[in-house]
Amino acid sequence: MNVTVDMSICLLHGQCVIAAPEVFSFDDAGGLVWLTQVDEGLRGALEAASDACPEQAITFG
Amino acid sequence: MTMHTPAPRITIVGASLAGLRTAEAVAGVLPGARITLIGDEGAAPYNRPPLSKDALESLARGRETAAAVLERLALRSKLGDRAELRLGQAAVALEGTTVRLADGTAIPGDRVIAATGLRPRRLALTGAEGRRHVLRSFADLRALAADLRPGARLVVIGGGFIGCEIAATARKLGLSVRLVEPAPQPMLRALGPRVAAAMAALHRVQGVDLYLGRSVAGFGAAQVVLDDGQALEADVIVEALGSHPNVEWLAGSGADLTDGVLVDDHLCAPGAPGLMAEGDVARFANPLFDATPRRTEHWCIPGQTARRVAEVLAAEAAGSPPPERFAPLPSFWSDQHGLRLQAFGAPTLADATRVVEGDLGLTGTAPVIVEYLREGRPVGVLGLGANPAALARHRAHLETSLARSLAEADPATPAV
Ligand SMILES: Cc1cc2nc3c(=O)[nH]c(=O)nc-3n(C[C@H](O)[C@H](O)[C@H](O)COP(=O)(O)OP(=O)(O)OC[C@H]3O[C@@H](n4cnc5c(N)ncnc54)[C@H](O)[C@@H]3O)c2cc1C
Ligand code: SF4
Repeated sequence: MNVTVDMSICLLHGQCVIAAPEVFSFDDAGGLVWLTQVDEGLRGALEAASDACPEQAITFG
Repeated sequence: MTMHTPAPRITIVGASLAGLRTAEAVAGVLPGARITLIGDEGAAPYNRPPLSKDALESLARGRETAAAVLERLALRSKLGDRAELRLGQAAVALEGTTVRLADGTAIPGDRVIAATGLRPRRLALTGAEGRRHVLRSFADLRALAADLRPGARLVVIGGGFIGCEIAATARKLGLSVRLVEPAPQPMLRALGPRVAAAMAALHRVQGVDLYLGRSVAGFGAAQVVLDDGQALEADVIVEALGSHPNVEWLAGSGADLTDGVLVDDHLCAPGAPGLMAEGDVARFANPLFDATPRRTEHWCIPGQTARRVAEVLAAEAAGSPPPERFAPLPSFWSDQHGLRLQAFGAPTLADATRVVEGDLGLTGTAPVIVEYLREGRPVGVLGLGANPAALARHRAHLETSLARSLAEADPATPAV
């Protein structure tokens, strides 16, 4: 699956980092980094992250 | 003994964040369930936090049309045709597990889930008609945005998060802004005295005139009159004094409706068989902190309670007990004058604070992280313009510490 974060609307809430730490994290400068390609097993985690994102910035599929 | 119907009928009342997320979660775990989602607003579920922030700014500036703003706020839905949506219809009564709608229709069901949220509290005073606003819904947003013209004089009554955000947005739009708050500091209960004082200083620097320790005694035609006799000229007034839970439709249901719907660990309402509640309207104890049931008005709660509802219903359908213990870590954020506040845990329960990074005197210009303690133990952490990576480390530390206290309180739970 491809994972996309629309960085023009992401406000760095970090809810995705909590919901799916396997996929999303912050670098030391506080920027959001994420795996752009993940396998199907992480669908649940991605759904949780995308639901938890207050800006609806995350899409995948 | 509960009966297991093969295709349970689940009625969810309130079609906003909590209602939508629950419908999705229930559809996911009970593929056969017949789900009805009832909402009194005409619009499909939308996101509320931007109403006091960028959506208010954008609409007041005329940068976007109302239709474009609403489209942007609409919550993405995974529901498809898995639920029957009844929008623009208020539930007016609950009879057993049958929901009665305003037009008289009865919706029979096996389970009813209350997700009816809150509405703004209003001052029981007359005067200044046509100038007074509240902000909870998209309809409120349109009315307020139309009145926020550069140079206009705005009086915000109430210095909670929503009042403070509206004040900040209005400053950005070039209004003259006064904020009246009965407590000695804005956001005092939520943030504690030290952080609240730092936020008060930031508001003053940004040109918001604060009238602290003052309440409103009355309204003139274009005035807000304070309890000390001062009269503040006002072209626009916002009442942001907190909220009332929407529970009137549950009168007589048997549920405890003191400050929301009281629910247990399974989000079921004692006294009203078949009734559950979630989101802003639900009052429940969070064992991460103590055994006192509270309502929590944060955006994260609808998602967390929706998953719990689905987990409980799925366990029931399988005839197994639901996973023990509902102990979600609350979080909230707020944006004021370009400063992001982000909290985890329950700062409101703290009796002391400790600055762990930065300096509260520099709030708004340099990152600050504050730890909230109760009886010496961490109950919350707050970042003010903090580096998200640094804040994430403090959040992880808080989570570990709360889990440890939980395990000590109940040795049956393994520490994480
Ligand atoms: C202006 C504003 C800014 C906010 N900013 C933030 C923020 O920055 N950070 C944060 O963490 N949280 C914020 N919040 C809080 C967050 O939006 C709420 O926690 C969230 O909306 C709660 O969702 P809910 O679905 O439980 O309730 P609600 O969103 O209140 O939805 C309840 C729905 O039920 C409907 N309803 C009520 N009674 C009936 C009835 N009898 N029949 C049918 N339908 C009914 C209502 O009209 C409404 O559509 C903000 C809220 C507002 C209003
Ligand atoms: S939750 Fe959303 S807004 Fe927050 S960091 Fe993740 S993608 Fe960005």
